[in-house]
Amino acid sequence: MTFFLIITLVKIAIVFAVFMTTLAYLQWVERKVLAHIQSRTGPLRVGPHGLLQPLADVFKLLTKEDLMPPHASKFFYLLAPFVAVSLALVSISIMPFGPKVPVPGGSTFMEIADLNVGILFILAVGAISVYGIALAGWSSNNKYSLMGGLRSSAQMISYELPFTLVIVSPLLLANHLSFRGIVESQAGYYFNAIPRWSIFQMPFPQILGFVIFMIAGFAETNRIPFDLPEAENELVAGFHTEYSSMKFACFFMAEYANMVTISCVATLLFLGGWHPLFPAPYSDWVPTGVFVLAALLLFAQTVKIGRKWDHITFPIFGFAALGLALLFAIPFLQTYLVPIFWFAAKAGFILFVYIWIRGTLPRFRYDQLMHFAWTFLFPCALVNLLLTALMVALFPDQK
Amino acid sequence: MDSILFIIAAVAAIGCGLNLVLQKHPISSALSLIGVMSSLALLYLLLGAEFIAMAQMIVYGGAVMVLFIFVIMLLNAGTEKRSDKSLFAQIAGFPLLAVLVVLLAFLIRETQFPSKVSDVKFGSWVGGTAEAIGMRLFSQFLLPFEVVSVLILIAILGAVVLARKEID
Repeated sequence: MTFFLIITLVKIAIVFAVFMTTLAYLQWVERKVLAHIQSRTGPLRVGPHGLLQPLADVFKLLTKEDLMPPHASKFFYLLAPFVAVSLALVSISIMPFGPKVPVPGGSTFMEIADLNVGILFILAVGAISVYGIALAGWSSNNKYSLMGGLRSSAQMISYELPFTLVIVSPLLLANHLSFRGIVESQAGYYFNAIPRWSIFQMPFPQILGFVIFMIAGFAETNRIPFDLPEAENELVAGFHTEYSSMKFACFFMAEYANMVTISCVATLLFLGGWHPLFPAPYSDWVPTGVFVLAALLLFAQTVKIGRKWDHITFPIFGFAALGLALLFAIPFLQTYLVPIFWFAAKAGFILFVYIWIRGTLPRFRYDQLMHFAWTFLFPCALVNLLLTALMVALFPDQK
Repeated sequence: MDSILFIIAAVAAIGCGLNLVLQKHPISSALSLIGVMSSLALLYLLLGAEFIAMAQMIVYGGAVMVLFIFVIMLLNAGTEKRSDKSLFAQIAGFPLLAVLVVLLAFLIRETQFPSKVSDVKFGSWVGGTAEAIGMRLFSQFLLPFEVVSVLILIAILGAVVLARKEID
């Protein structure tokens, strides 16, 4: 009992710290990547390459004036950001980041909790979190906010259908509802080369399913090209027009937390969770190789004539990458770090796709958005589900 | 521990239920209803029915109540105007309430509970998994399940027909 309590508290502390840092720096990564897509430099002044920008932003938001619109309904106005952020942060608690690992005094799973109904829990939290946005829009007593709130509830209800339907298909392949079971069913390789992740898994690879999941996920998180609830040129800032200071930061954090949740769920359901891309003997050395490559690239950049501080900052980052490579080369630590590396690599790639698409696509029109959900995405998800069910029923031993 | 959780959930359910009736604003009432649904889900979870608990949150807490809130927001319904109490409610209200309470108390007293009653304990019954419910639905209760699915199909068709009429 004491062992369970201590190990759970330690896991919660680690997950919380890493999650919060990820949320803060995700915003820095987004600004940097977007800037480079648009041939700008992005944040560059606060710290080397703007690395301290998230810290500065936190201080800025904390010290801003906290406005209260005079005709807002106070209770709901204060409740909304709280609902939004707490529901967005809770989902990370059931994500498995790695297999069972030995720890001092026993062994434990690399996750906070393993729910028998994990995927349903995610859906339930997603269904409830609409209220944060809807209430914010309604209680601000502002027409732009109300329009944003209404749009977001309509959009989230509509996209919840294809989202839920498409989740069922990998579940049929995995025959499990808990995330741990789903990931464990995706272990192994075909011909010793192709991983048995859901998107490659026989009898019916979920490539179409993955694409539908990502599109619906973009809509669920209100991101470009589906960010109608906060369309600047129509609605000022949508549902959070009237929010300032930390209350605005809550919505901001909730959006990023939802992005991370969707990326993690996509990784777990479709991309095989912590299972590596290559069979085990080679995959343990991939992280080391990646970091050594990164270090070499950074050292190569140092030689070139760059900006003023580059000949100092690049070698520092290079040595940091080398240190990470060394860390991943220690066999004792590999048990813990390699699964996390693969999980983070997959989730990180999906997060990068999020930013990439934000830098590429324009916003949909509202009627296009609804039309797309009901007449295209929903039938596609249904066909995908029917085909998967048929194939699983026809070839039950292929799984 | 389990009893404490049960009491918390039960009190929350009753409190939210009362609040639902007493509140004047439709949004407050709708949110109280969400509170009732959530506390019920917690009670299901305590009984070991994890699948039902999650379905309760997704279907009632999420989908159904979002539609309620959506409609209230769309109509921008204001505070409810209380009409004067009707003569019937003034005269017969409290006597009827007393009768109801006495009747309920009598029924609870007279019910023959099974002799082997144990306390609420999380994990004492584990038949509420999705797998167990699926097995039951597709073997023992196959006919009702299929009948309900046909009923839902009819409801969907009805909704489509109604929506189409308005456009034309």
